[in-house]
Amino acid sequence: MERISLNNMKSKESGNIVEFLGGVSFRDRLSSMGIRLGVKVTRVNSGFGKGAVVVRVGRAQTALGHGMSCKVIVEIER
Amino acid sequence: MKKILLIGNPNVGKSAVFSRLTGISVVISNYPGTTVEFTQGNMRVEDEQAILIDVPGTYGLEATSKAEQIAVDMLKDGDVVINVVDATNLERNLHLTLHLLEKGIPVIMALNVWDEAKHKGIQINVAKMEELLGIPIVPTVGITGEGFKQLLRRIPDASSPKDAPRTEEDRWTQTGKIVNEVQLLKHRHHTFLERLGDISVKPLTGIPIAGVVMFIAFKFVHFIGEGIINILSEPVFNNFWLPLMNKLSVLLHPGTFLHSILIGKLINGGIDFGQSFGLLTTGLFIPLGVVLPYIISFYLAMGFLEDFGYLPRLAVLLDNVMHRMGLHGWAIIPTLLGLGCNVPGVMATRALEDRRQKLIASTIICVGVPCVALQAMIWGLLGSYNIRYIGIVYLSLFISWFVLGRILNLILKGRSPGLIMEVPPYRLPSLQTIFKKLWMRIRSFLKEAIPIVLLSILFINILYSLKVFDIISSLAEPLVTRIWGLPKESISALAMGFLRKDVAVGMLVPLNLTAKQLVVATTVLAMFFPCIAAFAVLVKELGVKDVCKSVVFMFLSSLVVGGLLNIIL
Repeated sequence: MERISLNNMKSKESGNIVEFLGGVSFRDRLSSMGIRLGVKVTRVNSGFGKGAVVVRVGRAQTALGHGMSCKVIVEIER
Repeated sequence: MKKILLIGNPNVGKSAVFSRLTGISVVISNYPGTTVEFTQGNMRVEDEQAILIDVPGTYGLEATSKAEQIAVDMLKDGDVVINVVDATNLERNLHLTLHLLEKGIPVIMALNVWDEAKHKGIQINVAKMEELLGIPIVPTVGITGEGFKQLLRRIPDASSPKDAPRTEEDRWTQTGKIVNEVQLLKHRHHTFLERLGDISVKPLTGIPIAGVVMFIAFKFVHFIGEGIINILSEPVFNNFWLPLMNKLSVLLHPGTFLHSILIGKLINGGIDFGQSFGLLTTGLFIPLGVVLPYIISFYLAMGFLEDFGYLPRLAVLLDNVMHRMGLHGWAIIPTLLGLGCNVPGVMATRALEDRRQKLIASTIICVGVPCVALQAMIWGLLGSYNIRYIGIVYLSLFISWFVLGRILNLILKGRSPGLIMEVPPYRLPSLQTIFKKLWMRIRSFLKEAIPIVLLSILFINILYSLKVFDIISSLAEPLVTRIWGLPKESISALAMGFLRKDVAVGMLVPLNLTAKQLVVATTVLAMFFPCIAAFAVLVKELGVKDVCKSVVFMFLSSLVVGGLLNIIL
């Protein structure tokens, strides 16, 4: 098990969200979109520099800017 | 009258449900004291008139954003809620439903996108879910209209189980339980649209796709726009309106005050819709004859791209670039709208999170994004020289757009917030929704642009007769001739740029400028100030203080870029 931020995930890799580094409003905003502690996220796009990260949770896809994606920590098996 | 609220997550087909339920009389309003828009229309429930309000899409009712706050406020004076739920994404949608049920207002659920759920192998036990939630649920398909009769019939059955308030965690736990009981997933392969969706956010495949999409979109806009002009607007103006105006001209006697206001100057002894500048000639021809056809074609293309779900993917691809200008990827949407007309472009910046972003986005739109009418004139004028010159104008504008964005990001205080945005699945849009939206956009263009154009033409006529332009000419001469290398005669054309860019470019034609001078003049025209209509919207959106800042930057950029072009070329 390895803890990394969303931006360091590779395309098609999945992991469980274990920590949010941002403030309460950041967490609330993501939580209402279904991105919350314990859920499984799968990265959809591949990384390119400081580009946005697209993840799939359940059946919905959400894009997070680079800065935002650094604040979401997931646990993955590599 | 009963107030019925349409509430749901963003991208669940809410607007298609809205147009299914309402008639043609749809009004877009601003929520009092805010710039958040909502749409309202009339509908009939049990032979009684009711108002249907399309509440801005929201994920929750915690009031963490302006849109959510408004949804919460609107709930207070609504009578019934139609909760639109995306059947392909039950868990996240039910989270909002549970939240609604805690509010004590009667709710009925439209379980939308029902057909797609079936295709995707999602089975939902509707009867079981009705029992668990305690509200009526009707499966619907926004695009085909399936289920809407039943939805209308069951609105009076809307009920409120008055659930006790839950914590956020409880809500998710409860949602999970319900989904486990009512939903059955069958394994299936990815559909073509899903695969297309995934490859259009990956840089390697997404960037070429973006290029192709943009190319097709602009070909389409040009084809339809010119088509409407050639088949409809020019014949109508030339064959019907011109004879009428000629008679009026004789009746009013050329040279009289009323003639110069209503008909304007006679060009080579006749009325020229482009240059006469009377209220009834140029004043009507510009908005209806030239701009409206392109407004129609542009928003037809834009409406399709919006409803298909392409724009959020473009925002993902460009997030990195936009970030360097203090914006995030979403800001590419107002920028694209600005390519049609700066007015809706600037208006769309209201959805950006803060003042700083709005200031940057609208300033660089006004500087570096030429509207469709101006572009058409630039093509017509410079196309006869060499296509290279058109390239220089576009490149100069693009570089100015990016560099000014960078500069503003560096010197304005504050930081740009990051992007958090849902990327909806690709969906074939409903034609009814696209045309209804197009109609609303045309109506708001006519309502907002025509009075401004008419008033400004009146204003400019008065300025001409008071010889104000002579004073401006003598003041502006050193700048125009020395820095930009343009002749003194071009000053009135540049001054016209305050009013309308397309007409201003047209006024350059008789001056016999060199190709280099035309490049400088058109680039400067595009940059130095928005047209009067865009300026009015800019004041409304940014407030006087920020507009002053914005105008200073526009003017300085045009000074520098025009000067540089004059030196380099």
